Amino acid sequence: MPEIFQFDFMVRALIGGSMVAILAPAFGLFIVLRRLSLIADTLSHVALMGVAIGFVTSIFPPLVALVATTSSAAGIEQLRSRGRLPGDAALAVFLYASLAIAVVVISKSSGFNADLFGYLFGTVLSVNDRDLWLIGTLLVVVIAFVVMFYAELTQSAFDPDLAHVSGVRVNATNLALAILTGATVTASMRVVGVLMVGALIVIPVLAALRLARGFRTALMLAIGFGLLSVWIGLIIAFYADLAAGGAIVLTTVGMLVLAEITGSALDYLSARRGFAAIAAANVPADFPDAERRNVEKEQGEHPN
Amino acid sequence: MTSENGATSEPGGQATLWQDASIAEADLRPAVCEFTDTWYSYGGEPAVEDVSFRIRQGDFAAVLGPNGSGKTTLLRLAIGLLKPARGKVELFGESSSRFRDWSRVGYVPQRVEGLGLRFPATVEEIVEHGLYRGFDPLAIFRRHGRSEVLEAMEFAGIAHLRSRPIESLSVGQRQRALIARAIVGQPELLFLDEPVSGVDAAGRDRFHELIASLNKDHGMTVFMISHDIGAVMQGATVCACVNRTMVFHGPPHHVTGEHLAELYGFPVDVLLHDAMHEHR
Repeated sequence: MPEIFQFDFMVRALIGGSMVAILAPAFGLFIVLRRLSLIADTLSHVALMGVAIGFVTSIFPPLVALVATTSSAAGIEQLRSRGRLPGDAALAVFLYASLAIAVVVISKSSGFNADLFGYLFGTVLSVNDRDLWLIGTLLVVVIAFVVMFYAELTQSAFDPDLAHVSGVRVNATNLALAILTGATVTASMRVVGVLMVGALIVIPVLAALRLARGFRTALMLAIGFGLLSVWIGLIIAFYADLAAGGAIVLTTVGMLVLAEITGSALDYLSARRGFAAIAAANVPADFPDAERRNVEKEQGEHPN
Repeated sequence: MTSENGATSEPGGQATLWQDASIAEADLRPAVCEFTDTWYSYGGEPAVEDVSFRIRQGDFAAVLGPNGSGKTTLLRLAIGLLKPARGKVELFGESSSRFRDWSRVGYVPQRVEGLGLRFPATVEEIVEHGLYRGFDPLAIFRRHGRSEVLEAMEFAGIAHLRSRPIESLSVGQRQRALIARAIVGQPELLFLDEPVSGVDAAGRDRFHELIASLNKDHGMTVFMISHDIGAVMQGATVCACVNRTMVFHGPPHHVTGEHLAELYGFPVDVLLHDAMHEHR
């Protein structure tokens, strides 16, 4: 057995990290497509406020953070959907308000700076069973939500108005998505830290979007990139004695670069194949015209 | 833009609509979409002022108007995305903001919010969206290749683009994909919001032929916002010119240069050069 699995804390880190690696990108896909990437960042600052309050009141900090993030997410979504504030402005208000509360609470009570540092930058190596249960429960809820409301989520991401006319309850879907995003941020916080939670939600998704054609492929790829990033990052952190959170986020960035390069190479190859096919068919290499001829041919075959 | 002789050209006032001898029998057909003394404002100035009109089953209604004339607002009121400040907007006899039977309605927007960021869906997946019939926990496991989806893509002339990413399509192809999405569930009423803006002339013509065929051959009622007067003259059976208030409504061949001048604030006989020429 490799050395890495002989340590209990490492096994727990791998389990917790893997669960978060599935959770974060599964949600992130819908967040990124709705151009709300900043919501993860905002909610992570809200989570920080929750943690600070949790320390002061000696309540299990992740639990306080969970309540704070889910209720803030609902608040942001309400402000946004009623058009009271533009989406990004609502996010900014919540981000700075909660950061300010966190700073005030922390400044009032010294003595938990080391623990707080852990929440800021991730403490995956000290994940305990209670954390694992919390993350595991969330994982089940989130996966069930994404699977069962797949149609509603994809339609709302494509276009909220179109979704509405299809009969999708767009506001309810968005509200549920926001609340569970808050929960996901809280769960991910233990692994990569408050300051980098957004990275796990956004970056594997961007890598997947570069390569995927269909929606289900994108979902699977995003989760795949998330898992790979957590595993590779943890292994590097273990053997090179680096901060785990930072190593994981740097790995996601590496994945994104690789995906961009692979995507560009694939585009180049398929373009070359396309030109070759056109040349072989003796059609001028003029895409729109060739396309039109195709359409006309097809419509001629099936008059409708 | 004030008009010298009232808002409408017909003598009968607002309540009876599309009143013209040639479509007198229209009154027997049920109304599928109806505005009654509708007002709406986005805070300040009203965007829609006291508009009343009715679209009956089988109509091809074209709504014309300059930018900011409230035509998109009318459409958003009709599909329940906005609630009228005063008056009523009804779909199939039910208040549009409470309407739930969306399988009877199709919608083609001017552009789609999710596009532009590598939206990961094939053309077929987007067309499948049109078959949504409420909560379906197994939707993620459904197979592609349903026959109604293939037929709709065939009709819209995009069957050969079936597995292409929606983002890789030209503007015209995207709009045809959205048409396929809108009609795949065989709605009775189709809303289109300037569906051909940004589409080249050839694509525009083909698009208008598609819509006309849906109306004529498939009996679909059409509500189309347009700034393309020529296209309206071709396919539409009724026409509404709006500039916050209703400037004219009636059959398209009754639209005159004066209506259009009132609508756009300047003489537009250039646009109608051929039709108007002998009269001047």
